[in-house]
Amino acid sequence: MSGTPKADSRPLSPHLQVWRFHATMLASITHRITGVGLYFGTLLITAWLVALASGPDAYAVVEMVAFSIPGQLILFLWAVAILYHFANGIRHLVWDGPGLGFSPKVASQISIFNYAFAIVGAVALMAAAVLS
Amino acid sequence: MSNSPFVTPAKTTRGLGASKTGTSHHIRQRVSALALIVLVPWFLFSIMSAALGGYADALAWVGSPLNATLLVLTAGAAFYHMRLGMQAVIEDYIGKTGTRAALLILNTFFAAGLFVAVVMSVIRVWAG
Repeated sequence: MSGTPKADSRPLSPHLQVWRFHATMLASITHRITGVGLYFGTLLITAWLVALASGPDAYAVVEMVAFSIPGQLILFLWAVAILYHFANGIRHLVWDGPGLGFSPKVASQISIFNYAFAIVGAVALMAAAVLS
Repeated sequence: MSNSPFVTPAKTTRGLGASKTGTSHHIRQRVSALALIVLVPWFLFSIMSAALGGYADALAWVGSPLNATLLVLTAGAAFYHMRLGMQAVIEDYIGKTGTRAALLILNTFFAAGLFVAVVMSVIRVWAG
């Protein structure tokens, strides 16, 4: 980079694919992916509020998009993402604060629970919305 | 770099490492997360009933002082939290200094812009 002599070759961290799959590594990257998804998802919430403030015509357009099939699919994925990030975020706080849940077995179980919570919770929210 | 024997290669990396702000980033991320633990469940349940009832119901929902207050608090905590999170993602994956700086600036503009859009909309509905 800046013309410094190359350092002695040192042991490198093993590459990702040499690790045996475990639930916590999927949980970790899912936390980041859902976080980035929710980042752009705020555009939808903001659009809804701006349309509400703009008047009935703009609001009708947002409602039409939200109740369409692609709109419903995006809302479902948004619900999965926020419920997952919520549950796994609480796990992060428990890791940082009380320092619980670090044993491999418990950490994997919580990872699987968080996935189940997100999917079941999102289905329940969509069902509640459809039935109401 | 000088070839002087008094200058070691470490000189080229000094000052280019962490910016010594990691601890405050970590704490801010977690404090905003604590706020969101309370605000997000409220937001999910109440926006569902508000959005399903049509234009008039949604107006009435945002028009209530309690909902307007909680909505602005939720937006503030969420946009702050996600700006910090996206900053970590950019810093992890984007190595090129110029691109990284540009994305970090865009990240701040995105979060600030959407926050102001939410606040102005809430004020307009609430006052109007």
